[in-house]
Amino acid sequence: MKKTKSRFQATKINPKRFHPAQFRYLAVLLPIAAFMILPLIFIFNHAFKPFEELFAYPPRFFVNRPTLSNFTNLFAVTGSSGIPMSRYLFNSIVVTILVIAVSVLISTMAGYALSKLHFKGKKAINEINTIALMFVGVAVTIPRYLVIEKLGLIDNFLIHVLPYLAVPVGLFLVKQFIDQIPGELIDAARVDGANDWQIYQKIVVPLVKPAIATIMILSFQSVWNSADTSATYINADVKKTFAFYMGTLTTNTSAVESQGMAAAASLIMFIPNLVIFIIMQSKVMDTMAHSGIK
Amino acid sequence: MTDPTVLMKPASFADRLKRLFAPRRRVRDSHPVAYAFVAPYLTMFAIFIIVPVAAAILLSFTYFDTVRFPQWIGFENYINILTNDAEFMQYVIPNTLKYAVIVGPGGYTLSFLIAWMLAQLTPKVRTILALVIYSPSLTAGVTMSVLWKVIFAGDETGYLNMFLMNLGAINEPVAWLTSAETLMPIMIGVTLWSSMGVGFLAMLAGILNVNQDLYEAGYIDGIKNKFQEMVYITIPTIKPQMLFGAVMAIVGTFGSSGIGVALSGSNPTPQYAGQLIVNHIEYFGFNKYEMGYAAALSVILLLVIYAVSRFAFRLFGSKDE
Repeated sequence: MKKTKSRFQATKINPKRFHPAQFRYLAVLLPIAAFMILPLIFIFNHAFKPFEELFAYPPRFFVNRPTLSNFTNLFAVTGSSGIPMSRYLFNSIVVTILVIAVSVLISTMAGYALSKLHFKGKKAINEINTIALMFVGVAVTIPRYLVIEKLGLIDNFLIHVLPYLAVPVGLFLVKQFIDQIPGELIDAARVDGANDWQIYQKIVVPLVKPAIATIMILSFQSVWNSADTSATYINADVKKTFAFYMGTLTTNTSAVESQGMAAAASLIMFIPNLVIFIIMQSKVMDTMAHSGIK
Repeated sequence: MTDPTVLMKPASFADRLKRLFAPRRRVRDSHPVAYAFVAPYLTMFAIFIIVPVAAAILLSFTYFDTVRFPQWIGFENYINILTNDAEFMQYVIPNTLKYAVIVGPGGYTLSFLIAWMLAQLTPKVRTILALVIYSPSLTAGVTMSVLWKVIFAGDETGYLNMFLMNLGAINEPVAWLTSAETLMPIMIGVTLWSSMGVGFLAMLAGILNVNQDLYEAGYIDGIKNKFQEMVYITIPTIKPQMLFGAVMAIVGTFGSSGIGVALSGSNPTPQYAGQLIVNHIEYFGFNKYEMGYAAALSVILLLVIYAVSRFAFRLFGSKDE
């Protein structure tokens, strides 16, 4: 009895030390991890393949003589309407920065009010937002289009930004995180004469940095990767984004050259995602610990 | 019902008294300034979430071709969907069900099990593996279609074809993305590949934060193996994270369902093999300009998502509803 007990208890949750019993988990997880990372390794290799290797038959998985030619081609090529690739990239960067800045601001502000202030309708707003976690944007693409058309925002650059500002998951996570701040801290600041805006700025924002990092990542992912806005609401090519442009590169799959460029483009899409996540990884995990819906 | 203001009066009087004697404590008061704090979020929320949903519900009872003003036709769209739409009944529903069941509950179970196994490892190994498993979700499915198009290309230059032909498993190249038999499994595989996202991280964080004493207590109470430990201690303790993960899985499943069109490059997908309800909506809305009909489909989809989420709340929610 004692013996079996110690055997399975040797592999505790969050162990500090390596134990041979962990091998069985590794035996399952390593193949999964390999399956997950294989396509990404492929993209890396494909992006650096010279023309002959993209063409090679039989095709090879790994790059033999890496080159940057796909990237230089990508930057040299101009869209069908004479717009350089850098323009799309510039649009994407501007849109992404705007969305992140504004959505962090409005969801932390709302999160503060919904967590720490008392007002009529607060409970209802919290409940509606929890229901809205289940909201799937693609389900209402068409009515959304009609609303945006009525507002006269078709072909307006702002339409890249506005629909991404209110993110129910973002507000939910921030609010849960602000709930962890003891009310006494806020009361004390109030006693010292701080107004709500000062409390928000000086106390709440510094304390919820992990949650802010998480909304930044969520916003970044949704807006940086989005080709839909350009495809649906924007007609002028000059206002479209890089994610959309990338999609147009791949419509012609038979052209081997464009394949290489598309791989290079997807690398440009993917790397910022990964770098930002790695930098903020511990903060995200910190936020996720408070993500539960009670 | 009594007038609420009457009930309020004694309270506010007491408050005033309290303020008189302890002028610095006014914490429980109502904060009108709160409206200023929530206003920007609520405005955007209303315009881009509430109004479109309300518009979908209204339009679903109309005939609307985007040119003439919508005509009220009652439940006709819904009746047509249920009785007259052969593609919907024959392909869209079975496809959506198959896709949603495997990607939704299947992917969710998988991400919980992976998170649970990761939690059994030492921090360094765990962080690296978690990062590797999480990173595909950063690619957001559809934008990565370039990758899948190259791997699953239908001629002998396709990587999968080449690989299988070298192995001798097939003699002829397979048109993976345009043939009815292979499109759906590929869609499911690709979505599962990129589905270990926020919900996965939430469950991992939840499992790691379970108080170790609970396990110790469990061992004394006679828990005999890892499986019992997971079922009797881990899952009940992290219910809130399980629920968050479930909601994310549901939303992710339906949100990513444009993948079939992205992969095959056509709407409708070849022989309707990868046609899901989201594609059906867009087909009717943007290709046939039957906005009322598309709206009715949207409402059905939203109701299904809501019903499924309610079920998740039943399962994991701590609040009775």
